[in-house]
Amino acid sequence: MKKINTIQKKIIEEFKILDQDFEMTLNYLMELGDKVPPIKEKYKIEENIIKGCQSQVWLTYKLNNNGFTFSGDSNTEITKGLLSLLIRIYSDCSPKEIIDSNLFFIEEIGLNRFIGTQRSNGLKSMKNKFKIFALSNI
Amino acid sequence: MSKPLNIDRLRKEFPILKTKINNNNLVYFDNAATTQKPIKVINALDYYYKNINSNIHRGIHSLAEIATKEFEKTRSIVKKFINAKNEEEIIFTRGTTEGINLVANCYPKKYLKENDEIIISEMEHHSNIVPWQMICKEKKLKLKVIEINKKGELDLNSFKSLITDKTKFVSLVHISNSLGTINPIKKIISICRDNDIKILIDGAQASPHININVQELDCDFYVLSAHKMYGPTGVGVMYGKSKLLNEMPPYMGGGEMIKNVTFNKTTYNDIPYKFEAGTPNIGDVIAFKEAINFINEIGKENIQNYEKDLKNYTLEKLQNIDGLKLVGDAKNRIGVFSFTIENTHYYDLGLLLDAKGIAVRTGHHCTQPIMDKFNIEGTTRMSLAIYNSIEEIDYFIESLKKIINK
Repeated sequence: MKKINTIQKKIIEEFKILDQDFEMTLNYLMELGDKVPPIKEKYKIEENIIKGCQSQVWLTYKLNNNGFTFSGDSNTEITKGLLSLLIRIYSDCSPKEIIDSNLFFIEEIGLNRFIGTQRSNGLKSMKNKFKIFALSNI
Repeated sequence: MSKPLNIDRLRKEFPILKTKINNNNLVYFDNAATTQKPIKVINALDYYYKNINSNIHRGIHSLAEIATKEFEKTRSIVKKFINAKNEEEIIFTRGTTEGINLVANCYPKKYLKENDEIIISEMEHHSNIVPWQMICKEKKLKLKVIEINKKGELDLNSFKSLITDKTKFVSLVHISNSLGTINPIKKIISICRDNDIKILIDGAQASPHININVQELDCDFYVLSAHKMYGPTGVGVMYGKSKLLNEMPPYMGGGEMIKNVTFNKTTYNDIPYKFEAGTPNIGDVIAFKEAINFINEIGKENIQNYEKDLKNYTLEKLQNIDGLKLVGDAKNRIGVFSFTIENTHYYDLGLLLDAKGIAVRTGHHCTQPIMDKFNIEGTTRMSLAIYNSIEEIDYFIESLKKIINK
């Protein structure tokens, strides 16, 4: 839990320079998205799809004693950027840590101001997918 | 003869155009979804609730009388707007969707039997597909689909080849909300007349842009939405020939639509009231009148001329952008442009344009069969209206190029 909050605080710090400017934030998210390696086609299956987005999103994981390793992909750069933040936050966490976590960085960096219902549904579905994976491994 | 168009003055009639979005001036290009409202529509709504709010038709007090008169004035102005023969042929609905559902429910009940056929097209909005699928399932009717060509135009040969002696009804969009294609409905209606087929025209996109004359078209039903023609949301019109409306069973039961109710037998009211059960959307219907006045004051000819200039200007600019592919390239079209950009997802593009204050629509635009036809998931759609300017188009094109070249 401590780790999850520490990374969130770090992300908030990194986004400060963007001054809650919508365009700069989007461009930064796209840059982050660009850095995410694409997942293999074989993982783009129904159980890995995240529903509720205008875009296609896939998430897959591995779990060992050190916690989760996630890989995700999307056909849109902005969504991939958002996904990469969630992956960064939840990587190496245990299922319990993910289930108990509370995501506050989205509001803090002002993303919720830009993200309307359609878009936030996608984000919500992404957040839920992490918790669903965590729950199925408890 | 209408007065020449002063676009700057016209824009001032729309308070929302002064709005800032993400620190930029709002550039509203989502007009095919809904148009903005001129101040006279907004004032009419305000006036209604402040001064004459009352339930219509059955009240004997003065306010009810005033509200009823104002409500019925809209019916009269709509009748003139689409050149219907009688006011009783104008039914107020919640919008185009309800209009289609009404016809899809009531017409087949009276006139169609098992194995009869209904024809729609590949370019229909979901609201002109699903109601027909529902009734076809219920009444064991057959739904056939007219194909479109690569340009996004109706294939008239496909239409003709679908017609059999079982074909009883055609429901077709006047102008496509995704492709901007203007369909040759006069020709199609004439084919229907020759084959004794009834036809409904979905005029949601056509009504703000081109002249509608239902008598000249000779269609049986014509449906539209007020909110796509500078009027309030929650109001639509279903025009139907009075003979059909008189013979069709009612859509919903309730107040207003009855003559006499006993537990043994209920008799229905005359048209249009037979199809207007319950308290209607009085305030919005009254304000809708002002939207039509707005259009009439400019004049459809002026609207068409100005919008044609905007359309041609936009088309030329869009065609010159590398990597941009227009979805739909009909010869006869309005200023609705769906496009895809190589290596840029429409979702990213929509958000990046929004950051610049530009409102466009992204996705499948409630026309998934069209997306399937063109083998795409969705598009970015920019759609024009009378208050849009060349400057706005320039800003849009410039922004688009910046985003693509990043």
